[in-house]
Amino acid sequence: MITKVTVKYIAGLSRIHLQDSELEKLTYELEGILDYIKNLEKLDVSKVTPTSHVQPIKNVFREDNVEDSLKQEDALGFAIAQSQGSFRVPQVIE
Amino acid sequence: MNLNELTAHKISGLLKARKTTPSEVAQSLTSHIAKNDKKVNAYVRLSDSAPESKTNPGALPIPIAIKDNICIKNVETTCSSKILGGFKPPYNATVINKLINSGSSIIGQTNMDEFAFGSSTENSYYGPTHNPWNLDCVPGGSSGGSAAAVAAHETIWAIGSDTGGSIRQPASFCGVVGIKPTYGRVSRYGLIAFASSLDQIGPITKDVEDSALLLNILAGFDTKDSTSVNIPVPDYTKALDGNVKNLKIGIPKEFFIDGMDPEVKKAVLESIEVLKKEGAHFIDVSLPHTDYSVATYYIIATAEASSNLARFDGVRHGLRATPDRARKSSIVDMFEETRKQGLGAEAKRRIMLGTYSLSSGYYDAYYLRAQKVRTLIKNDFDKVFAECDAILTPTSPTTAFKIGERVNNPLEMYLSDIYTISSNLSGIPAISLPCGFSKECLPIGLQIIAKPFNEEMMLRIAFAYEQKTEWHKMRAEL
Repeated sequence: MITKVTVKYIAGLSRIHLQDSELEKLTYELEGILDYIKNLEKLDVSKVTPTSHVQPIKNVFREDNVEDSLKQEDALGFAIAQSQGSFRVPQVIE
Repeated sequence: MNLNELTAHKISGLLKARKTTPSEVAQSLTSHIAKNDKKVNAYVRLSDSAPESKTNPGALPIPIAIKDNICIKNVETTCSSKILGGFKPPYNATVINKLINSGSSIIGQTNMDEFAFGSSTENSYYGPTHNPWNLDCVPGGSSGGSAAAVAAHETIWAIGSDTGGSIRQPASFCGVVGIKPTYGRVSRYGLIAFASSLDQIGPITKDVEDSALLLNILAGFDTKDSTSVNIPVPDYTKALDGNVKNLKIGIPKEFFIDGMDPEVKKAVLESIEVLKKEGAHFIDVSLPHTDYSVATYYIIATAEASSNLARFDGVRHGLRATPDRARKSSIVDMFEETRKQGLGAEAKRRIMLGTYSLSSGYYDAYYLRAQKVRTLIKNDFDKVFAECDAILTPTSPTTAFKIGERVNNPLEMYLSDIYTISSNLSGIPAISLPCGFSKECLPIGLQIIAKPFNEEMMLRIAFAYEQKTEWHKMRAEL
């Protein structure tokens, strides 16, 4: 069971502002999906190793050579707002 | 037949024989798009530059359509989302550089479910794409724009991305060929990430030969993608010899279930007979954890998506919304308002589900458990591939459904990917190709799954089947 209180909390973690009507609908929909996902509880996985990645790749390194990278002005080329070579955002510290 | 209706390999032959020019091909497509795309809505943007005709040896100057989640330098790329409106990437995806080097010209960018979240291309900020075989039906998704553009002859071929079936299911619904390569076969650099452990870029084409040609261009190791694998790329067209004699093909009993459309079942069973005549052997196999694949996928994919989409917050590119509230607004208000306005309903749903399964107190019960079940699903395939060369299944349990039919039932929509999802979870390659039509004249897709990095095997079987059937020659009339 997922409650509206939990959904509101998750919306906060997700940084999504929800309207009350959306909250109601999402709670109902997420409850249905989580109910279906409960099926996984039927399996005994106590001795199974989790898979995060299917290829046996570990620690991909390259030689520490200086290579061309994205130029600052290109990265800022389509910025929403910029100032002094940086992305400009609303005030962070009050 | 008009030039726009031809395959890439036919056009390539005509170009080499100097019977046509790249600009004639481009012209034929442009006029066809102008006439038909109002009905289909396959494209979100058309290129404004004229096609360059490269003449370097080995060049394949074929026009191509690109899914709207693959970065093209200085060209708006939005994942069909409002939140990325106006975003112009400062670099090309590796596959775009490969296509440009091969002489391709990009015709335009195709519609998709927002951030590839969907199975119908209805979740797009630019409105739904329509299936060229029946405009009231969905083209599948999320690469629905790419598949519909190929089926409607609005491009010669296209590329899409596949996280849980997003190339194969629309290919099936639109009667074209689609490949999800092995995870690590094609560089994901410049593909705007949905679920990083599942995403792969792949071709959508009119026939199997074109899919092998396009995979030749796309495949290969890339230092910019640490998950791409450094093993040699074969010439995939060499696998197209039509010989399937004595190959062992597995039929998983769990895929032929209740709820599967009887017409789909009939078409797939008939395709088995075609391949038997060519000397292939079929054996019954079991993938016992198939029933758990959709649930596993919707935890892993949404968890990864919630993390990948955290970067869309109004700070750098795209949309920044101003909170309309009485009190002084903080930067967090700006994040929340931007994501409220910029993301569609399905994107919000998936971000929330993913955030939930990763959050403290739920991680072990959901995310960790799903990763463990993923191991079980992968082990099922390893076992089956110890005794057979490939697996044959339907691509989707049904043909294309009506626009609007499943929008209010997310779970039902998710279940339309039941046959495709397990290949993503296991990282193995799979192809969908046409194998028949329903009474309502909607295409049916056949899926062939192979071992990791053995795309040649599935291409071999698919080509042998295609040589003996006429389905790929059927044309949607608009």
